[in-house]
Amino acid sequence: MQKHHTLSRRRLLGVGLAASVAAPLFGCATGAGGPSIGRVVVIGGGFGGATAARYLRMWGNVDVTLVERNDTFISCPISNMVLGGHKSMADITVPYGGLAALGVKRIQGDAVAIDAQGKKVRLADGRELPYDRLVVSPGIDFMFDQVVGLDAAAQQKVLHAWKAGPQTVALRRQLEAMRDGGVYALTVPKAPYRCPPGPYERAAMVASYFKQHKPRSKVLLLDANPEIQSKKALFEKVYAEQYKGIIEYRPNNELKAVDAATNTAKLEFDDVKADVLNVVPPHRGADIARSAGLLNMNARWIGVNWLSMESTAVPGIHALGDAVLSAPAMPKSGHMANQHAKVAAAAIIQLLKGEPVNPAPVVMNTCYSFVTAADVIHVASVHQYDNADKTFKAVPGSGGVSSAPSEMEGRYALSWAQNIWSDMLAS
Amino acid sequence: MTRSLRIATAALLACAGAAHAQDANLGRNLAATCANCHGTNGQARGDTVTALAGMPAERLITTFNAYKNGALPATIMHQIAKGYTDDQLKAIAAFFAAQPAKK
Repeated sequence: MQKHHTLSRRRLLGVGLAASVAAPLFGCATGAGGPSIGRVVVIGGGFGGATAARYLRMWGNVDVTLVERNDTFISCPISNMVLGGHKSMADITVPYGGLAALGVKRIQGDAVAIDAQGKKVRLADGRELPYDRLVVSPGIDFMFDQVVGLDAAAQQKVLHAWKAGPQTVALRRQLEAMRDGGVYALTVPKAPYRCPPGPYERAAMVASYFKQHKPRSKVLLLDANPEIQSKKALFEKVYAEQYKGIIEYRPNNELKAVDAATNTAKLEFDDVKADVLNVVPPHRGADIARSAGLLNMNARWIGVNWLSMESTAVPGIHALGDAVLSAPAMPKSGHMANQHAKVAAAAIIQLLKGEPVNPAPVVMNTCYSFVTAADVIHVASVHQYDNADKTFKAVPGSGGVSSAPSEMEGRYALSWAQNIWSDMLAS
Repeated sequence: MTRSLRIATAALLACAGAAHAQDANLGRNLAATCANCHGTNGQARGDTVTALAGMPAERLITTFNAYKNGALPATIMHQIAKGYTDDQLKAIAAFFAAQPAKK
């Protein structure tokens, strides 16, 4: 299989060479071939970074190196279905091979430092990667120190599973091992956090598992926010109709501390003891963004120029995804990170060519949430750049949520996953 | 129109095209916002959603506007359609019409 890919790639490169010789005949030709217009290093191979790498190659002849610590992509969207027992890890895992076939150089490793003056990235193994422009799509890291008692040892037991991967598997095992009649408690941090509807979908997915396999068990949703943060009326209806007596929702319950030994969540006014305690701590832009001085918004998020996604703190660095301080009504979602990446890719190619960037970009979002193994609800929005306020704004009258959960949207949700994974990974 | 004027006009249009290279990317950039559901360059994976690549521009515009004004029922497209202007829709439709249809 691998050998076959190598051969195809060689053939493709041959075609690319021929195309570059012919390029002057077609003034508008874009894509690979000929000398590259610049070197771009992309840190992070998630929804933002992988999409940026792919579109920089597809839209311009850019020399792209993608630095990602994992050897395969594992999707957060659909991962709650794994917790519910309705999908497997294999279903949400996609290889990076498609990007390599497009000429993206992938390095599996950790970016540990950015030298913005010298324009290079240092990896944990000491390697240095020079760049003309840098894309940082680092995702989030957790502020564990905001939850007393959630030290390194406690984190082995009290999981977040808010980055899909080993923790998804481990949390599923905890749920499987839990006795019937037990309590699963999930704490939600104050907004903004990654994936606004995610906690409410997770509660429904775990409840769907309990309903079928452990009907005397309960899901306790402890929300630091005053209300459900996305698709509120739809989730409330599902909880009341599908999961009556299983899901209990408690707003204004901010987690202060945990006692991992007894699986106790210490809230402002009371303590809750659970059989499985799942804590999503508050988060911020990931460590590499912090060490590079990019977290210039409340020391948590990256401020960007929305026309180019370039950092407002450090020139030459473009930031994408959940680590970015969102524009009004813009969710921290994989879908939105993919859209950020396309704005950035288009702008970076223009900047490398010394040409003006698109003055009127548009991004849009669609988030599907499973509420049963088959039924899904959505939220959608379209955001146009506003030149006066220099930010993206949701278009009045556009967007919205489902009228009701449906199996048809369940099919659309899985189709969305297949298409966005393919769009970002060229799979 | 004389032959020389015709040539001059054609040359002028060609120059205008070159000068507005950024505009040439407008349809591409806008159409890329559709790819998450409808596939890269409109080449959708699977059979659940419509592959937009190669669709005649007029048909895409008509369908999109039917979603926009509610004539065509939808789960989500009626909400998304209202976020794009008529000019943006035209640019998107022209881009997809020029893409090779899904194999």
